Amino acid sequence: MGKFFDISCYEESKDYELLPFKFDRFDENSYIITNIIGEYLIIENHDFLDFVNNKISQDTPLFKDLRAKHFLRFPDEENPIELLAIKLRTKFSRLANFTNLHVFVVTLRCDHSCPYCQVSRKSESIDNFDMTKEMADKALDFVFRSPNPAIKIEFQGGEPLLNFDLIKYIVKKAVFLNLSYNRDLQFVIATTLSLINKDVLEFCKEYNIFISSSLDGTQKIHDKNRPRAGNNSHFLFENGLKEARETLGFDRVSALMTTTEESLNNVKSIIDEYIRLEFDGIFLRALSPYGFAIKTKKYMKYDTERWLRFYKEGLSYIIEINRSGTRFVEHYASIFLQKILTNNDPGFVDIMNPSGAGIAAIVFNYEGSIYASDESRMLAEMGDNNFRLGSVLTNSYEEIILSDSLIDTLENSFSLSVPMCSDCSFEPFCGTDPVYHYAIHNDVVGKKAESSFCYRNMEIIKHLIKLMESDKEIKNIFMGWVGAC
Amino acid sequence: MLKLNSKLIDIKNIDSIPSENHSILKISTNEKLPLVLRSNTAYLIKNEMTPYGFKIYLCTQKIFDIYKEDITKLPHLILSEELSYLDNNDIVKIDYIRGKINVLFRASSQQNSILLTERCNNYCLMCSQPPKANDDSWIMDDVEKLIPLIPKDTTEIGFSGGEPTLDFERFIKIINLAKAYLPKTAIHILSNGRTFKDLCNAKKYSEIKHPDIMIGIPLYSDDPILHDYIVQSKGAFDDTLRGIINLKRLKQRVEIRIVLHKQSVKRLRQLAEYIVRNLIFVDHVAVMGLEMIGFTRANLNDLWIDPYEYKDDLSDFISVLDNYKINSSVYNHQLCILNNDVSHRYRKSISDWKNEYVKECLGCTRISECGGFFSSGVKYGYSKHIKAYS
Repeated sequence: MGKFFDISCYEESKDYELLPFKFDRFDENSYIITNIIGEYLIIENHDFLDFVNNKISQDTPLFKDLRAKHFLRFPDEENPIELLAIKLRTKFSRLANFTNLHVFVVTLRCDHSCPYCQVSRKSESIDNFDMTKEMADKALDFVFRSPNPAIKIEFQGGEPLLNFDLIKYIVKKAVFLNLSYNRDLQFVIATTLSLINKDVLEFCKEYNIFISSSLDGTQKIHDKNRPRAGNNSHFLFENGLKEARETLGFDRVSALMTTTEESLNNVKSIIDEYIRLEFDGIFLRALSPYGFAIKTKKYMKYDTERWLRFYKEGLSYIIEINRSGTRFVEHYASIFLQKILTNNDPGFVDIMNPSGAGIAAIVFNYEGSIYASDESRMLAEMGDNNFRLGSVLTNSYEEIILSDSLIDTLENSFSLSVPMCSDCSFEPFCGTDPVYHYAIHNDVVGKKAESSFCYRNMEIIKHLIKLMESDKEIKNIFMGWVGAC
Repeated sequence: MLKLNSKLIDIKNIDSIPSENHSILKISTNEKLPLVLRSNTAYLIKNEMTPYGFKIYLCTQKIFDIYKEDITKLPHLILSEELSYLDNNDIVKIDYIRGKINVLFRASSQQNSILLTERCNNYCLMCSQPPKANDDSWIMDDVEKLIPLIPKDTTEIGFSGGEPTLDFERFIKIINLAKAYLPKTAIHILSNGRTFKDLCNAKKYSEIKHPDIMIGIPLYSDDPILHDYIVQSKGAFDDTLRGIINLKRLKQRVEIRIVLHKQSVKRLRQLAEYIVRNLIFVDHVAVMGLEMIGFTRANLNDLWIDPYEYKDDLSDFISVLDNYKINSSVYNHQLCILNNDVSHRYRKSISDWKNEYVKECLGCTRISECGGFFSSGVKYGYSKHIKAYS
């Protein structure tokens, strides 16, 4: 029998070298370090100094963590670089596919008159706020120019069901066109469910259409947020939800909430309402500053700090729900967690790098204009056409996609080169929102030090990491939210 | 425990057998086997019928004593009692000179593992099959004769070592042979993966285009130092990792295998996170209990840990893999020392010729679900927390 060697014989005799990383103070006692694909470590102040000064001993757990997460390597070691490259390619792989989500604003008319509405509301009866068939045809030609093997067409409004005939026309035509394009084609109708009926549902069933609905919380909050004649928005939602689920299936109907002042003191009851209605998650969204919200200064009434308290309270409640055995996902967190815990980017338009504007999603407005994002058209409704890329009626695909207003926006907001983003340790988990920064700071880069987008995201990311570092069970719950994505 | 090799009690009348020192033969118990097949087959006598024309006849001493008169005239071997389990379609190697018989394949087993070499470029602390340095290419000569004899309806065979890929051209030839002779048989290979660090080798392997093949490769830690120490070879981690990446790049099915012991459990959680982050594309992760044979007994102080002490780490490991939808299996463990939350990954796995139970198992109501012990474990030590379910 040969001799066995001690573990120290397998240590390297050379000094290690640092691989690229970014760092920030995490709290008084520690730093956070992150690398380009979003692996992170929290290390104590003195360890951090030892690490960069090549003084970490090879037999310490910290050294092993740093090496396994590719923060250091030994000269000539190729695997760490190879693995980083594989992970980086994975992280950015969706870019090559280009636009997936195509939003059709089929009408601006709405049966609701929500004060915070992000699109200026129009009375239900005025006809010239509807998209025409001619525009829809042109937009469909545009859709199939996208090289993406998966195409999603989402109908928005106003209340899109007020122009249901056009939805039917577009769906049928898209399905027909797809016989030759052969894409993985999906449809979504974003509706409050107030106008849903048998005909609509039968049609949705036939064409496999998903329903994305809105639920703001308990009846009290929901109806206050969403006034309509009869003051029965929540009632209609709940009935519509039941019918839609029974006809289309549970997994075909989702709900989004809008956060308002009213929500801030009621996060638990809002979450409970989602649980009562058997949703498996909730998206605790921040209110965006567009549309009426910006005009009426509604969003000014509570600041980001207040929203963050709301968010953290909600998240901690949701964690307790998960701890007691019911899987329930907070989707805002899961977007960041996917970037923190996996190599995949969820491709969420508002938290992507490069920005999702135009290349992850594109919007066809009711009057033929094309916008880089939902927010862009909201800005336009307020009179600012900066992100209007052109019109389906007068511009070609190439003119739109290669337009300066799109290319410049993307280039100028690429977070790996934007000042204060490029060296931010949270950059791998974050994204870029040129439209927001333009709206608030009149500049697509924005002033990061004053940006509430920046502040909010950093706070959430830090909070999520703190939670995971403090409690392994929370980390496992979080992994359960994102690992399978 | 079944014995796979044995001394023959007697060899008689083999003068009629062409001049060879040994032969690899399929056993038949079918007295109506077509005549044309008999001259290359060994007949296992179980009753009074002794059909003619078989190359050689096998029987136990008991049977011989009963049918002495008939058997004496035939070329025959008398098997020791420990081989009485032999049956139809089993394949044996008979060494006429040394008077030995070696069981190469058992038709009734789902786990026929075929050793290709005893040589290895690792020297694992817990190796159950301590490597030898000699030229043993005769083993692969035998395997090439064995493969054509294996029944075509065999579900799965395994190839192991030593490191079965060391003579790479020969290894490829054997896998090709298996594909040709056994097109419906799944293949499982145990390799340390280091040979595949060379992309050309990985390509040659992938070009076999076997429809159902998986290669199991051990990765003991996310820490290269710890892995290299466990396999006692510097640079092994790098080679193995590169091998896995190359094989996956070519869309080959790869399983990561981890033997749990005092060393490998040190960073089990970190290993899980390393796998889901860097090797998310692997097809399966197998976790195994320590077998108390080979080098393990020499390194017992550095290796032995009561599985009861790592059961929570194992639960944690499996839960991370579950969250990332990586398939896993827990092998070679006893049900009663693991947490319930891994039961969906538990496999009753210890090879059928190895598994046994201990006195603590007496009266256990779940014994039929449990893999039990390696006989080496029964002999040399096992968990102090074995407890019968009631």
